[in-house]
Amino acid sequence: MTVDRRTLLKGMAAAGAAAALGSAMEPATEARERRVPPPDAMGMLYDATLCIGCKTCMVACQDANGLPRDTRSSDGLYDAPDDLNAKCKNIIKLFKDGDRTSFMKAQCMHCVDPACINACMMGSLKKREHGIVTWEGERCTGCRYCGIACPYGVPKYEWEKAWPRVIKCEMCSDRIAKGQQPACCEVCPRKAVIYGKYTDLLAEAQGRLAAAPGKYEPKVFGATDGGGTQVLYLSKAGISFQDLGLPDLGETPVPDMQQTIQHSLYQGFVAPVALFAVFGAVIWRNRKASGGDGEVKP
Amino acid sequence: MSTHTKPQPLGGPLWTPAFKVLAAIVGVSVLLMIWRFIAGLGATTGLSDGYPWGIWIAFDVVTGTALGCGGYAMAFLVYIFNKGDYHPLMRPAVLTSALGYTMAALAINIDVGRTPYIYKIPVFPAWWNLNSVLLEVALCVMAYVAILWLELSPAFFETWEQAGSHPALKKLAGVLHPIVKKLMIPILAVGVLLPTMHQTSLGALMLLAGQKVHGLWQTPFAPLLFLISCVAMGYGVVAMESTLATSVFKRPRETRLLARMAVVPAWLVVVYLILRLGDIVLRGRMGLAFHANIQAFMFWVEMVLFIGGAAMLFSPKFKDTAKGQFQASMAVVLAGAVYRMDTYLVAYNPGKNWAYFPAVPELLITVGVVALEIMAYLYIVKRYPILGGVAAAPNVRGAE
Repeated sequence: MTVDRRTLLKGMAAAGAAAALGSAMEPATEARERRVPPPDAMGMLYDATLCIGCKTCMVACQDANGLPRDTRSSDGLYDAPDDLNAKCKNIIKLFKDGDRTSFMKAQCMHCVDPACINACMMGSLKKREHGIVTWEGERCTGCRYCGIACPYGVPKYEWEKAWPRVIKCEMCSDRIAKGQQPACCEVCPRKAVIYGKYTDLLAEAQGRLAAAPGKYEPKVFGATDGGGTQVLYLSKAGISFQDLGLPDLGETPVPDMQQTIQHSLYQGFVAPVALFAVFGAVIWRNRKASGGDGEVKP
Repeated sequence: MSTHTKPQPLGGPLWTPAFKVLAAIVGVSVLLMIWRFIAGLGATTGLSDGYPWGIWIAFDVVTGTALGCGGYAMAFLVYIFNKGDYHPLMRPAVLTSALGYTMAALAINIDVGRTPYIYKIPVFPAWWNLNSVLLEVALCVMAYVAILWLELSPAFFETWEQAGSHPALKKLAGVLHPIVKKLMIPILAVGVLLPTMHQTSLGALMLLAGQKVHGLWQTPFAPLLFLISCVAMGYGVVAMESTLATSVFKRPRETRLLARMAVVPAWLVVVYLILRLGDIVLRGRMGLAFHANIQAFMFWVEMVLFIGGAAMLFSPKFKDTAKGQFQASMAVVLAGAVYRMDTYLVAYNPGKNWAYFPAVPELLITVGVVALEIMAYLYIVKRYPILGGVAAAPNVRGAE
């Protein structure tokens, strides 16, 4: 078979299109738009210097959310989850390194730009009212990409069930709708975790830092981390947020890398349509050029 | 110049001992699948909140569809670059692709926790989250499974049109065959477009996991690396399938054709390696390859397989003999497979206290899915015109 120039050119056109596609892979210099919390955003502020580890918030959370007790590690005696799981949306942990100790409260961070909602195929996980990330069962296929995506390891799965749900803190959105607070914030005897408007909480956290600089790590975790979170943290001086189990994400939102690439590839769906047109045209011309019987044999 | 023979059904008995063994494996696997739907994923898999994805995603879906890229790779060569002499490899390639993708789709149905809701993905476009790369993969794979069977459908129609076949099938073929013939160009074009899209997206999926993916794998080039390597794997699988079918079914060899084709995956691997290593070096991450951990070890396993595979494909010693072709292709296919398993499992680190190893039922279900694929392959090549090949004297090296 001889390759005539025209065939070659057509082949090169296709290769060119593929190369164009490839070059688009480079993260575009133009960054993805930075998200901000919605105007009605509500949040929580956890101050590790105030927490005494009484776990009242854990009991209140389970009661408010109708969660069973997790007694697996205590011979069925009392509630003792070892981490967030399908029976535990909120947990108090202890960090201990010599005489450096601190309590830590873990639950969904309600990110400003959550990785989980970018993962979610049909919008089961979404930022709904007040910027709270909630889960809608009707839209969930149980694919668990949210679990892969979340940098905080928050979405948990009912592995023991044949019809599993995704379990995570939804900031007691049903209580909020009734004018109440999230259960954990309502019961905390030390006001170590408080609920309020996101902007108020951020100002409060910064105020506490300014008022007692030696008492705290000089940073409000969540103000900018990973694009920001609606749950904010203050830590004791000398105990980093990584000690408390929070990742060091920098200021870039977690979904940025993937979304920038994907959106430059699929902008307006132009590239796929163009590629389809090129492929179709080349196949059609090749068929004509081969002078065949007009049939493409698969 | 070789003469092509028309594809023909192989014929012969179906229920061979090998086929019965495969059927037994599938039987066990089906029982385990039923158990999985009754008892849930926790009871039947090694999955956990730390490792929500295991081998059903990393192997069956991500690696399985890449192994099913033979049809895609050959379509590029035959339809886009107009290399008509490779046509005899086309139908078997499309068959392995159709089976590979169908099995991946089956695996998704087993893996997903709320399987009955999968129907909602194509049915409720109003719910689509257009930012979700997984949605793109899901829709693309669904569409591509249909496209692959359409590409292959003339092989079935040709058989059903013959005298002696069931009247209903004859009628069906009479109606559908002309339609498919008319639509073949757009079908083929979509058939090249869709894998370009979703194989890229399979590389993009883990970008969202950010820091949880090891620095030797987490790169914005992952989508491109996945695309290039899946095409190389596609050619590799076609060569392996051809040499295997040749020796198992005692068919005329396609060695000469495969030897000429070998440079294509070889160069693709070279491009892949330049991008992969260049990216790692320029990002200053090469040091990660010299740590004493499983990630560094697996990185070098990948490198040995990729570099070794490409070198073998370039070397006349390997590429001109049937055995050498098989070994070289296998190295490249394995390299791409390990790269995918690594990206999704080995490189993924959800933090301390988490570990993943597939549970026995999980492994057996995967084995069963592969066994089912082989059974379907055997059935179809024996009953339908898939394998054509090159007639005339065996083209082994030295016979020329």
